[in-house]
Amino acid sequence: MTTITKLPNGGKVYAGDLPDKPAPIRTDGLVAWMRDNLFNGVFNSILSLSALALVLYVLPPVLGWLIFNANWVGGADACRVNPDGACWPFVSARWEQFLYGFYEKSERWRIDILLWMLAIGIVLMVWEKTPGRHLIAMFMLFVYPVLAFFMMYGIVAVNVYWIAVPLLLLGVLFATLAGGFFRVIGFLLMLGGVAMLWQVGSGAVQAIHPLGDRALPIVDTPQWGGFTLTLVIALSGIVASLPLGVLLALGRRSKMPIISLLSTVFIEFWRGIPLVAVLFMATIMFPLFLPAGVTFDQLLRAVIGVALFASAYMAEVVRGGLQAINKGQYEGAMALGLPYSKMMRLVVLPQALKVVIPGIVNTFIGLFKDTTLVLIIALFDLLGIVQASIADPNWSIQSVPYTGYAFVGISFWICCYSMARYSRYIEGKLHTGHKR
Amino acid sequence: MANKSELTAPAPSFWRDPDKRAIVYQVVVVAVIGWLLYAIVRNTATNMESQGLASGFGFLTSSAGFGIISTPLVSYSESSSYFTVFLVGLVNTIIVAAVGCLLALILGFLIGIARLSSNWLVQKMATFYIELFRNVPLLLQILFWYSAVLKPLPGPRELHEAGDAVFFSINNRGVIFAEPVGQPGFEFVWYVFFGAIVLTWLLSKWATARQMKTGNQFPVFSAGVLLIFVAPLVAYMYLGQPMEFVPAEMSRFALRGGVTIIPEFVALLLALVIYTAAFIAEIVRAGIQAVSHGQIEAASALGVKPSHRMRLVVVPQAMRVIVPPLTSQFLNLTKNSSLATAIAYPDLFSVFAGTTLNQTGQAVEIMAMTLAVYLTLSLLTSGFMNWYNSRIALVER
Repeated sequence: MTTITKLPNGGKVYAGDLPDKPAPIRTDGLVAWMRDNLFNGVFNSILSLSALALVLYVLPPVLGWLIFNANWVGGADACRVNPDGACWPFVSARWEQFLYGFYEKSERWRIDILLWMLAIGIVLMVWEKTPGRHLIAMFMLFVYPVLAFFMMYGIVAVNVYWIAVPLLLLGVLFATLAGGFFRVIGFLLMLGGVAMLWQVGSGAVQAIHPLGDRALPIVDTPQWGGFTLTLVIALSGIVASLPLGVLLALGRRSKMPIISLLSTVFIEFWRGIPLVAVLFMATIMFPLFLPAGVTFDQLLRAVIGVALFASAYMAEVVRGGLQAINKGQYEGAMALGLPYSKMMRLVVLPQALKVVIPGIVNTFIGLFKDTTLVLIIALFDLLGIVQASIADPNWSIQSVPYTGYAFVGISFWICCYSMARYSRYIEGKLHTGHKR
Repeated sequence: MANKSELTAPAPSFWRDPDKRAIVYQVVVVAVIGWLLYAIVRNTATNMESQGLASGFGFLTSSAGFGIISTPLVSYSESSSYFTVFLVGLVNTIIVAAVGCLLALILGFLIGIARLSSNWLVQKMATFYIELFRNVPLLLQILFWYSAVLKPLPGPRELHEAGDAVFFSINNRGVIFAEPVGQPGFEFVWYVFFGAIVLTWLLSKWATARQMKTGNQFPVFSAGVLLIFVAPLVAYMYLGQPMEFVPAEMSRFALRGGVTIIPEFVALLLALVIYTAAFIAEIVRAGIQAVSHGQIEAASALGVKPSHRMRLVVVPQAMRVIVPPLTSQFLNLTKNSSLATAIAYPDLFSVFAGTTLNQTGQAVEIMAMTLAVYLTLSLLTSGFMNWYNSRIALVER
């Protein structure tokens, strides 16, 4: 019981317990959470309700079509019976074609091996505790592409060009970027490449037979297709564009006026034109540029176009990294008496490339999505092959095109989204400033 | 006392002198590239000669002989020249790029702000939108809108009876609405409209001067909206609505008259806007988040109210971060509009680098013109955005 005594000056004196105050508004639990996050104010309440209405309007039909009402088993007939759901049997019936394209059935084990190697290589590169991560990365960047090419294309007789040109490029790369022992190897490789080209030029040797009788039969590039082709174009694009991009970025920031001008013009030209134009040029103009009689594979032309295009974007990403490196790092390296190549290779580039890993991954995501454009020059990547399959009269069912597009969309989404997550994870790891 | 010659380092040998080495490198590079260019030009000339292709731009005057489904602003018929085809394609490209940039900007800003909303549901929906559309290839989206959404729509014959007057219709032939035709006296509405724009500009000058002098603000934005939109409307009503809406008429097979927006345009625009808006939203979010938290706290401490805090403190600083990547998104949208060729929207690429090239075989000239257009558009867009950027950039003293 509380007694209140009034004092003559107007004050009050309480004795005993005060009455209980009402409980404070709850700050945890579902209701409190909803009040704080959904209904804090009139405007937000209206917004929440309309957003909820939108979700309820869109989500059930989409999920129903994709999952609950969809046809999961059976064949084309099952899909004809139930037209109100996705027709997944279409995908399972065509699954192999979507993955391998028109690649020879008996030779598909070659692709399987390569895909497993790729998957394991990526996992090992991404997992940070892998012993010898750098060696694996080097292997995936320089050895795997060559290996993959010969495994996919097959080896019976190898045109000397196919050995000479990569040798030459690898040699140039080593000679400019590496040092010491590797540099010597680079010069030797270059010498070998030039010698081979010389041989071809004088008409002495045209082809060599490395595997003899146990040759892998040739599977020509028009038979390549599906997701494999998407990977071929995207991966060769990225592998070629990384070193090219680094060289272009260094060129653009070079103090030599002509080199810097040429790099800038090159970069801005490729960044200023659409990829469709690049692919068109690769199909139509490229044959015109070559001496009469020399022909290039359609796929190879597209890959060259994609690689040049991507290298311009890569150059800008790398340039961002180079600019982000403190000037003191350059000056420190110069003060130690390092020549330009060592300054870049040992001091600047390791830091700059680390900073721009998110940018590189983003460029790769863009490149990966852009590979679908080869459809326009009649190469059958994943989208192209699905587009061709939905025209099949046996599957002329209303839900099939939607299912095909949904399948392509989901496949690309999974690949791109996981790459984006990885890039964001790296970004978070590199971000050492203050966060709120 | 050491004499002078002992203090100066001996001149480095030729190969150790960076300046001389630079000259050698550049001479080598120029020689290699010059040789490459020479080889390309020579090969192209030989190849074209052997294929019997005449070089030069003479083909531009000859008659095209094919029809184009949409030719706004340019009068075009099958007997028009290839140069007219070029113009038609150019206009179509510019239209889709300009409308696309504007809509993508608006949608992107809205979603970017929604992404930062305190409303949990709205924020999650914006995130979902961004992650969904950003990670699906644009070409797939274009094909989806075109062949999965717009093409299966019912045709005009299923929607309208013969003889119907149709004011608005969405069908597989596109979006069709009544054509507005100005009657005599309508030009006064235009005069009022342009007058209002000039007046608003003068008003904003006056308001700035007054605020500098007295510190009093004037609601220029609301006044401007009122002037520019309401004044022409009042004039329109006062003049007795001098505009007639001529509906499309359903003949036996198709709709005649009216204004038609072809489905190819709608599909391309939808895909470009939805795709690019996802990127712009992320740029806007990053820009707003890049404004230091101290700025917002300082504004709150000064008692600036939330709407002013956003408009006067956060957005101007965020714009500096937003504008450069926004420029490259606009450029991307412009370049991506060339994907029109996949659904045969008659843009520059489709009609000029596609059909015209196939008909004439003048690959070099046509690709050169097409690339020149895209490069010019890129330069113009980035030039404009650079100008805007320098206007809003931080002025460091």
